[in-house]
Amino acid sequence: MTLLYPLQSLAAHPARLSPDYRSTVKRSPQKPLIPMRHTLSELTGPVYGHETVRQHDNDLTIQAKGEPLGERIIVHGHVLDEDGRGVPNTLVELWQANACGRYIHVVDQHPAPLDPNFTGAGRTQSDDKGYYKFITIKPGAYPWGNHHNAWRPAHIHFSVFGHSFVSRLVTQMYFPGDPLFPFDPIFNSVTDAKARARMISSFDLDNTKPEWALCYRFDIVLRGRNATPMETK
Amino acid sequence: MSNQRPDGITPSQTVGPYFKYGLTPNGEYEWNDAFTNNLLTPDVSGERIRVEGKVYDGDGAVIPDCMLEIWQADSQGRFSDPQDKRALPNSSFKGFGRCGTDKSGGYAFDTIKPGVVPDADGKPQAPHIVLAVFARGMLLHLYTRIYFDDEAGNVNDAVLALVPADRRATLIAKKTGGNAYAFDVHLQGDNETVFFDV
Repeated sequence: MTLLYPLQSLAAHPARLSPDYRSTVKRSPQKPLIPMRHTLSELTGPVYGHETVRQHDNDLTIQAKGEPLGERIIVHGHVLDEDGRGVPNTLVELWQANACGRYIHVVDQHPAPLDPNFTGAGRTQSDDKGYYKFITIKPGAYPWGNHHNAWRPAHIHFSVFGHSFVSRLVTQMYFPGDPLFPFDPIFNSVTDAKARARMISSFDLDNTKPEWALCYRFDIVLRGRNATPMETK
Repeated sequence: MSNQRPDGITPSQTVGPYFKYGLTPNGEYEWNDAFTNNLLTPDVSGERIRVEGKVYDGDGAVIPDCMLEIWQADSQGRFSDPQDKRALPNSSFKGFGRCGTDKSGGYAFDTIKPGVVPDADGKPQAPHIVLAVFARGMLLHLYTRIYFDDEAGNVNDAVLALVPADRRATLIAKKTGGNAYAFDVHLQGDNETVFFDV
């Protein structure tokens, strides 16, 4: 199977310069990016990394001696290509704040407690159908210095590889119905409402584990479509 | 799994300021690294090199919370990916590296000089490493290429030829002595690095 990576698909992404997110002003190029045809250097990519995944790395609630505080959740879904095919055996990394909205990173000085039983880092490998699953704690919202009274909606950071170096994606998964959505310049840097919706997980009652944990579904769609177009509906 | 064709790709969002403990812990956090900045394997053939530099923002300030990822061919120009049908099955060289910048915005990769890879027309490209740059304030990572100033093939490289002559130097690592090459990344400003729309 030969995959193509049309540039049109990139329209879903935010503009690099999104001044409402202030840090973009000095960290986005001012000169135009140069278009080029993909070569093997772009069309291949690291199809590994998953050999570092240990058995329980996808369960962030059992990494320490005790259980972390907060609302235990299951986050699962498929890594897909643009045709909806699963991306098998690809590395999925995540990191997040704890239930109080605090990261263990030394730079995070939000005056909310750290949880000695929660690091907030996880990784897994999608299976042969592209399916992945994490067990974690629902992260809290937290304040940041972008503007007066700025708060990030609760989110989980995802890092995914896919079939090539140009399918590489780092994104954030949000939770449905978050009241902070209208006020967050990072979320709203994606200007198309349908594209923004693809960053929001859906509540998945069917896969909630009774007496134990709620479940959210988050499918991640990476660049790449079959060189031979599928039949259109 | 839904059988519907997705209505588009998942949009990118910034890695933010707090990725280090998850993506580049490098001994400073308990988590293990999936990837490091040392691509060398004991049996790897080819010229061992170090590529190092700093990352700067539009004010010329160093960026201490940046993540760089590189991808490259082995010394014979073959990628460690089954999609490269020419790949040698016995190579343990993976060709992928990841490095977080330090407090002074610095990074380094220990690797080998890549070999020649064909371009979109099947013609040889000059040896190069592809580089992706991630940071807080970057909603979508940037792609560029690292070429080498001691490669005669640069003058015939089809990708370098797309770049205005006065900006080409931003893509060319300079040999600084021994096996080291210097390659700085400027996200903005007079010396803004050339980034590619791929």
